[in-house]
Amino acid sequence: MFNTLNEKLQSVFKKMRGEARITEDNIKEAIRQVKMAMLEADVNYKVVKKFISGVQEKALGEEVLKSLSADQVFIKIVNDELTSILGGEDPSASKITLSSTPPTIIMLVGLQGSGKTTTAGKLAKHFQKNDKRVLMVADDIYRPAAIDQLEVLGKQLGVDVYSDKDNKNAVDIAQKSYEYAKKSAKDIVIIDTAGRLHVNNELMDELFNIKKAVSPDEILFVADAMTGQDAVNVATKFNNDLDISGVILTKLDGDARGGAALSIREVTGKPLKYVGVGEKLDAFEPFYPDRMASRILGMGDVVSLVEMA
Amino acid sequence: SKTSGRIIGGMETIFLGKKEIDEELLDELEELFVTSDIGVSTTMKIIDDLRNDVSRKILKNPQQLKNALKQKLTEILDIDNELVKTDDKPYVILVTGVNGAGKTTSIAKLAKMFKENGMSVMLAAGDTFRAAAIEQLEIWGERAGVPVVKQKAGSDSAAVVYDAVLSAKSKKIDVVIADTAGRLHTKDNLMNELKKISRVVKKEMPDAPHEVLLVLDATSGQNAVAQAKTFGTEIGVTGVILTKLDGTAKGGVIVGIVDEMQLPVKFIGFGESMDDLKPFDAGEFVEALFESADETDYS
Ligand SMILES: Nc1nc2c(ncn2[C@@H]2O[C@H](COP(=O)(O)OP(=O)(O)OP(=O)(O)O)[C@@H](O)[C@H]2O)c(=O)[nH]1
Ligand SMILES: Nc1nc2c(ncn2[C@@H]2O[C@H](COP(=O)(O)OP(=O)(O)OP(=O)(O)O)[C@@H](O)[C@H]2O)c(=O)[nH]1
Ligand SMILES: [Mg+2]
Ligand SMILES: [Mg+2]
Repeated sequence: MFNTLNEKLQSVFKKMRGEARITEDNIKEAIRQVKMAMLEADVNYKVVKKFISGVQEKALGEEVLKSLSADQVFIKIVNDELTSILGGEDPSASKITLSSTPPTIIMLVGLQGSGKTTTAGKLAKHFQKNDKRVLMVADDIYRPAAIDQLEVLGKQLGVDVYSDKDNKNAVDIAQKSYEYAKKSAKDIVIIDTAGRLHVNNELMDELFNIKKAVSPDEILFVADAMTGQDAVNVATKFNNDLDISGVILTKLDGDARGGAALSIREVTGKPLKYVGVGEKLDAFEPFYPDRMASRILGMGDVVSLVEMA
Repeated sequence: SKTSGRIIGGMETIFLGKKEIDEELLDELEELFVTSDIGVSTTMKIIDDLRNDVSRKILKNPQQLKNALKQKLTEILDIDNELVKTDDKPYVILVTGVNGAGKTTSIAKLAKMFKENGMSVMLAAGDTFRAAAIEQLEIWGERAGVPVVKQKAGSDSAAVVYDAVLSAKSKKIDVVIADTAGRLHTKDNLMNELKKISRVVKKEMPDAPHEVLLVLDATSGQNAVAQAKTFGTEIGVTGVILTKLDGTAKGGVIVGIVDEMQLPVKFIGFGESMDDLKPFDAGEFVEALFESADETDYS
C-alpha cells in the first residue's frame, strides 16, 4: 500500500519538477493526491479539508516563490505542517508530568478493546525501570476477568495491584486505592478503567466521578491506531467530559496508517504522548511526530529525499 | 436508548429540501460516505456510477438518487450469508481477528444463540497467550451454560482446539466454537499459528473448521480491508462478524470488503452482553449507514 502511494506521489511531483514556483494551478493534482493519501490513512474528512486549505495557503505564500523546485517545497511544506500539528519536534511535550506531591495519578480511559489494560502494564513497566514505586488499580468492574487480566500483568512485572472483587463501585475503588497508595508510599498510581462508548452517559459519568474523587494528574485517552473516521466523535466526547491530558496510540505495530492520530490531535488539541507497538509490555515508545507524519502521508522516501537534497 | 446524539445529521438532512441533483448534493454524499468509513476508492466508484446515471437522465431527482443509492449498497451487501451447511458433528467454528476486535465476547453471544436454537455447544480456549484470556472465556462459558475446554496459559492453542473437537465428538456435542488470540494480520508467525490450528483440526475432521469467522471492529477504518484480505487469503475466512455497531461508528468499511472479496457479513454485534448479536441484514445496515447516530438502534 505504501509503495503504490509513493509511486503515485512521485509521479505527481515529477510532473511538477522544473516549475519555478508553486501556483494554484500546478499544485491542484498534488493537493488531490495528498488529500486522497490522508483519507486513505483514515484522517477524518473534515480534518483533511482543514489541513489541506491551511497547507495550500502556505504553499502559495512568499517563502515558496523564492525556492528553486516547486514539488520539493510542496512536499516539505505538507510534511512540516503535519509534523508540527502532531506536536513538532519537541518531545518534552509528550512526557508524563510527575506530581510534586506523590503519588502521581494516571487514569486510562477509552473505548472497548483499545488497549487500556495492556497500556497500564506498559506504563507500570516504564516507571518501574525508572525506580518508581508503582501501583496499578483494577477499576474495570464490568468486563469478565478484567481484574484477573491486570493481576496477571502485575505478577509478571512484580508490580502491586489494588483490586477488590466484591466492590461494585468503581468510584469507591479508585478512592480507596488512592488511600492505599498514600499509605504504602507509592510514587505512581495507574488506574485501569473499563472500556466504554462515548455515548454511554451513565458510564461517562462514572469516569467523571472517578476523576472528581481522585483528581488525576494525567487522564490519558487510549486509542487504537486502526480507528477510522469516528475517532473525532469519540475523542471530542472524552475530552469534553474529562478534559483529557494526553493520548496514547496503540497497535502501531501493524500496517495501519494511523490517521486517527491527526484527527484526535486536531479535535482535542491534546498531545500524543506514547505509542504501543506490540502486545508485550516493553512494546512501548514515545510518540514521534515526524515518524507519524510520514506514516500518515505514506511518502516517507520522498520526504527523506527532500531532506537530503 | 442509552445513546445520545452527535452533530452529523445523516442522509435525510442532506436531501432535505433538495429539488434537484447538483454537484453540492453529490459532494455532500461523498462526505457522508467517507465519514462512514466507506473509503475513498469505494466511495468514488459508487458516486461516479451515480453521476453517470444522472447525466444520462436515468436518475432525474434527489428522491430517485436516494433510492438508487440505497438499492446499490444493499445489492453489494446482500450476498449469501447463511452458515455453511454440513452433516458433520460437531460443527466447528474458528473465530479470528486482530487484537481487541471482540472475538471472545462474540463467541459468548454465538454460544447463547446456538443454545437457544436447541443445540449443544462447547467452547475451546484457544487464546493461550493474552493475560486472563482463558478466565474471560470461562466466565462467559459459565454465563452461557456451556462447557469450556482449556489448558494452561502458554500451551499450544492448536492442541486445545483439537482436544475440544475430540471431546465434543465423544460427547456428541453439536457445535464447537474456538477462541483464538488476537493477532495483527501483518505478523507472519502468528498467522502461521492460525493455519496450524486449522491443519490440526482437519486431521480429525477433513471439512473442519466449517466456518472461519473474522471479527471486524466497526470502529476501524481502512485497515480492516487489509485485515480481511490477509486473513481471507491466509486462512480462508468464510464470513465476518461486525462488532461494536452500538457506537457512532458506522462500519462502512465493510461495503468495500464485501464488494471486492465477496466475503459475507454473517453477524453483527451491538453491545457487550450475550444478547447483543444477530444475523446481518443488508437492508437494515444500509438504512443505519445513513441515519444519524441517535436514530440507529440495532437491538
Ligand atoms: N499488536 C498490539 N496489540 C496490542 C497493543 N496494545 C494492546 N494490544 C492488544 O489489544 C487487545 C486489547 O487490549 P486490552 O489492554 O485488553 O484493551 P482494553 O482497552 O483494556 O480493553 P477493555 O478493557 O475491554 O476495554 C489485547 O489483545 C492486547 O494484547 C499494541 O500496541 N499492539
Ligand atoms: N460496545 C461494544 N463492545 C463490545 C462489543 N463486542 C465486544 N465488545 C467489548 O470489546 C472489548 C474487547 O472484547 P473481546 O471479546 O475481549 O475482544 P477480543 O477480540 O477477544 O480481544 P483479544 O482476545 O484481546 O484480541 C470488551 O470490552 C468487550 O466487552 C460490541 O459489539 N459492542
Ligand atoms: Mg481493559
Ligand atoms: Mg479474546
